[in-house]
Amino acid sequence: MKAWDWPAFFEYLTSPFLMMGAWTTIWLTVVSMVIGLVLGLITALMRLSGIPVLVAIARFYTWLWRGTPLLVQLIIIFTGLPQLGIRLNVVQSALIGLGVNEGAYISEIIRAGIQSVSRGQFDAARALGMNFPTMMRVVILPQAARVIIPPLGNNFNGLLKTSSLASVISMEELLRRSQMLTQVQFRVLEIFVVAAIFYLIMTTIWGVIQGRLENYFGRGHAASARRTAKAVLDEQDAR
Amino acid sequence: MSTTYPMVRVEKVDKYFGDLHVLRNVDLEIQNSEVVVVIGPSGSGKSTLLRCLNHLEKIDHGRIEIDGRLIGYREVNGRPLELSESQVAKHRRDIGMVFQQFNLFPHLNALENIAAAPINVLKKDRNAAHAQARELLALVGLPEKEQSYPEQLSGGQQQRVAIARALAMEPKLMLFDEPTSALDPEMIKEVLDVMIDLSQKGMTMVVVTHEMGFARAAADRVVFMDEGQIVEEATPEDFFERPKHQRTKLFLSQILP
Repeated sequence: MKAWDWPAFFEYLTSPFLMMGAWTTIWLTVVSMVIGLVLGLITALMRLSGIPVLVAIARFYTWLWRGTPLLVQLIIIFTGLPQLGIRLNVVQSALIGLGVNEGAYISEIIRAGIQSVSRGQFDAARALGMNFPTMMRVVILPQAARVIIPPLGNNFNGLLKTSSLASVISMEELLRRSQMLTQVQFRVLEIFVVAAIFYLIMTTIWGVIQGRLENYFGRGHAASARRTAKAVLDEQDAR
Repeated sequence: MSTTYPMVRVEKVDKYFGDLHVLRNVDLEIQNSEVVVVIGPSGSGKSTLLRCLNHLEKIDHGRIEIDGRLIGYREVNGRPLELSESQVAKHRRDIGMVFQQFNLFPHLNALENIAAAPINVLKKDRNAAHAQARELLALVGLPEKEQSYPEQLSGGQQQRVAIARALAMEPKLMLFDEPTSALDPEMIKEVLDVMIDLSQKGMTMVVVTHEMGFARAAADRVVFMDEGQIVEEATPEDFFERPKHQRTKLFLSQILP
């Protein structure tokens, strides 16, 4: 057996079987992230509501999920719950496990983002007659987004990789498919290097998207930079 | 006068911050179209009183009526019951407020800042709201700044946009919380000019300020507060030329040259 098999490497690099695994990783990550965002936003608003019951529920949720390993949560959901008669298939278990876990972390990010918005903004919104949902939607969250997007982007990057934990409950994402391929092909190093490259491509593309999102939500704050650039150009035109 | 109520009626209002008694048995009535300037040393409770008028701060005792309507509460068997946040929000629509730090929304340009509440609170048509916002920008002398973001504007310009934003809700009453205190001296006049203009158009205004020039020029009445109490109320002329109370005299001697 050769130390490194280039033809095998290129074969795996174009393998539809692994590519489909990578595709599964992508949608698993995206859907889990959406679930996490919805849960995170609800939880953050509950935490900030000041209503004791809601605050307590929100705190309990984040405490429990952030205090236990995702791997344990996934195994309990998929392997443990059937004992109570709750049978979830692999996809349901993976999405719930990853999404609910992500929500606990995202709620803390969103909460910090909302708290970073100055008190004067809340005052101004309320003085204009906005109720809580309108104030959040029109004034607070768009500003909090500037603070929230960077760590949220890092979480998405993290989730692209941690979604591989779903392989233990036989979710056929990229890692699981790579393992399956090694069962028949035995070129372990080539296969996992290809898997690593696929993960790298996904996280790199995400990095570009994240940069654009950060620019978009930073508007108004980046305005001075734009103005300066424009002033320089105008000055050059004038000469 | 078509209205039988005063625009503002404050009755026996007390307010505490923890152990601190910031408003002590305050009574105040303000008539329609009246301009009242509230002055006093820092910590005298004047800003707090202003923030109670639109229920940004809750009062602990007494009652506040705006245009004949109890603000922030409804009465059940003679006892005040605090309204829900969304009901209080409805009360606030009629009361404009301008802040010391402007508090413009940094992610929206000047036009969007002004149109945000009409569109999202009054459910006004977008085009109509933008047209109104342009008129208001012209009114405050900034017709060319509609696309500018707050941080591209000077302090004086930001405060003028903030006044336009409050006016977009077509309020019956305008509250000004030290509107020129955060401004560089050369920008104070442009903001005061807009406020004087507004007072001449008959807007009911309550202005917390240190600008004695504005008080002399535009106020119908000056209210002097100290240690949470209204010490003296008078016309600007009487207030500055013939103050009655010792505390007023002391305060005036400290601030006037």
